[in-house]
Amino acid sequence: MAGSVFLPIPARPAPVKTEGVLPWMRANLFGNWVNSLVTALIAVAIGYAASAFLSWGLVNAVFAPSADQCQAARGSGACWGVIVEKFRIIIFGRYPYAEQWRPEIGTILLLGLLIMSCIRRFWKPWLVPAWIVVLFAFFSLMGGGRLGLSDVGSDQWGGLPLTIMLATLSIVFAYPLAILVALGRMSTLPAIRSLCIIYVELIRGVPLISVLFMASFMFPLFLPVGKSPDVLLRVLVGITLFSAAYLAEVVRGGLQAIPKGQVESSQSLGLTYWQTQRKIVLPQALAMVVPGIVNSFIAIFKDTSLVTIVSLYELTGAMGLALNSEADWRPFKIEGYLFITLIYFVFCFSMSRYSLWIEHQVGRSKTR
Amino acid sequence: MAEPIISFERVNKWYGNDFHVLRDIDLVVAAGERIVVCGPSGSGKSTLIRCINRLEDHQEGRIVVTGIELSDDVKAIEQVRRQVGMVFQQFNLFPHLTVLENLTLAPMWVGKTPRKQAEENAMQQLERVKIAEQANKYPLQLSGGQQQRVAIARALCLTPKIMLFDEPTSALDPEMIKEVLDVMIELANQGITMICVTHEMGFAKAVADRVIFMDQGQIVEQNTPHEFFDRPQNERTKDFLSKILGS
Ligand SMILES: Nc1ncnc2c1ncn2[C@@H]1O[C@H](COP(=O)(O)OP(=O)(O)OP(=O)(O)O)[C@@H](O)[C@H]1O
Ligand SMILES: [Mg+2]
Repeated sequence: MAGSVFLPIPARPAPVKTEGVLPWMRANLFGNWVNSLVTALIAVAIGYAASAFLSWGLVNAVFAPSADQCQAARGSGACWGVIVEKFRIIIFGRYPYAEQWRPEIGTILLLGLLIMSCIRRFWKPWLVPAWIVVLFAFFSLMGGGRLGLSDVGSDQWGGLPLTIMLATLSIVFAYPLAILVALGRMSTLPAIRSLCIIYVELIRGVPLISVLFMASFMFPLFLPVGKSPDVLLRVLVGITLFSAAYLAEVVRGGLQAIPKGQVESSQSLGLTYWQTQRKIVLPQALAMVVPGIVNSFIAIFKDTSLVTIVSLYELTGAMGLALNSEADWRPFKIEGYLFITLIYFVFCFSMSRYSLWIEHQVGRSKTR
Repeated sequence: MAEPIISFERVNKWYGNDFHVLRDIDLVVAAGERIVVCGPSGSGKSTLIRCINRLEDHQEGRIVVTGIELSDDVKAIEQVRRQVGMVFQQFNLFPHLTVLENLTLAPMWVGKTPRKQAEENAMQQLERVKIAEQANKYPLQLSGGQQQRVAIARALCLTPKIMLFDEPTSALDPEMIKEVLDVMIELANQGITMICVTHEMGFAKAVADRVIFMDQGQIVEQNTPHEFFDRPQNERTKDFLSKILGS
């Protein structure tokens, strides 16, 4: 042979992927008779459950706020009338009825700014003063006592505004605290490191309920009568400290994943410790643990429901309050709980979708 | 000899309590000198040059760099680091920043240079290492050789008096080694003080004023490349050279 000749293989398209619902179903649901049987059984089960739920929740349901009709439909249909009847108490708790426009506006302001803060286009320096103004407006509206608004004690605040306020503020304060604690736990200074370890381990060793009890009942015992700060503030501090400990561990996971070379090259460029953390370590570490951070945020949001036990009637507590106050409506707890479940779900699901978006954003610089 | 820019006086360093990694190091480097450090793996070469910008601390002796003695004084260390650029084996570029941002970071935050000026200077440095067209890419989108050239440009952005290289070509594929060495040779010809840990003996012969051979934490032998390669004095050196030159 007179030397081998290079024969180029012409490029050809990749094999066609079978797209579409039908081919997918045929392949995955009805591939063989066992699969087909399982599919059929599951379909029947789902169909049965769905039709039962629909007939209970829709067809036989009572939507009018009438206790008598609801009683009549009991067992066969849902009583959504209870939501209509008790809507204001579920949403606003014990807040004075005539003044409920105040928490309404305050919450809309707070939520509006919260949503804006999540959108990149609004990440501008004015966001900080905006937060200060909105928080000031929120507390002025809620508490009153100025601008001709009547005084409403924080023990009367309740419902969704309280839930949103507690969750937002404890997240806003717990997040930076968690970063500091995580950095402290990685510090080379033994005093700072032990302090952070003790804090995290101590907090993780007790349930949130005990922290809340301590904040609301035990803390005042150590202070002169009438000198202890507002119960709402104490509870807020309790939730913040509690969440920060968990969040700190999530952040520390990210910090540990940063190669030593990143810190060394930053140091070799003359950046100080704080510059190195802020510009090099934290952006990479936090981006890595977005799912864990959002997980903690969602947990904080739902944990606020525990403040009921220290007599702050946030959403869950307000729901109980609404139904327990009248014997006629007391039996319809399931409907009430489904309703607030829906509210919690909307918030938590939004957070988890937002987390996916953030992950996508930070992932863009990593493209290989 | 001109004023020394780096001096080691009987420097000793231990890792932990029982690993004596640098032993009685005496070393004087004149401004503008180009030094190549070689020696077997684990002999303490990286440790030696990392002591110069205090990525590692030493327990005994004195190290003076550009007239500043290295101690626990953080401000003094930061001042030294501003004048000492370092290039690592693993490049250590910041993956979350673009090439341009990698270069402007230190000038803007350490040197307090305005962004516009920092970017202009960065583009000049990128031209210098022949990679200006990649300015807006992220480091992981570049080849190893390109990344290392960016790392060199990054270190040059603070206009250091001294450049340290720790095996800058060891993580590279053979065809990329040359593009990095070319940049380093050009740098060497511009009169910057350079200390380079490398086993590229061609590079040592071409640019070094002095070759230092280390073994077991000691400087065993130092000489001009000519003398060092042709008439090594020490048995250990001869042994090492025969291994890496393969003769
Ligand atoms: N942080 C550390 N802690 C403990 N021992 C270390 C540490 N860093 C390096 N060593 C040890 O110190 C010795 C010298 O390390 P050094 O990195 O300076 O060697 P080197 O000459 O650069 O070797 P190489 O050519 O493999 O890079 C090695 O035996 C290494 O295992
Ligand atoms: Mg080394």
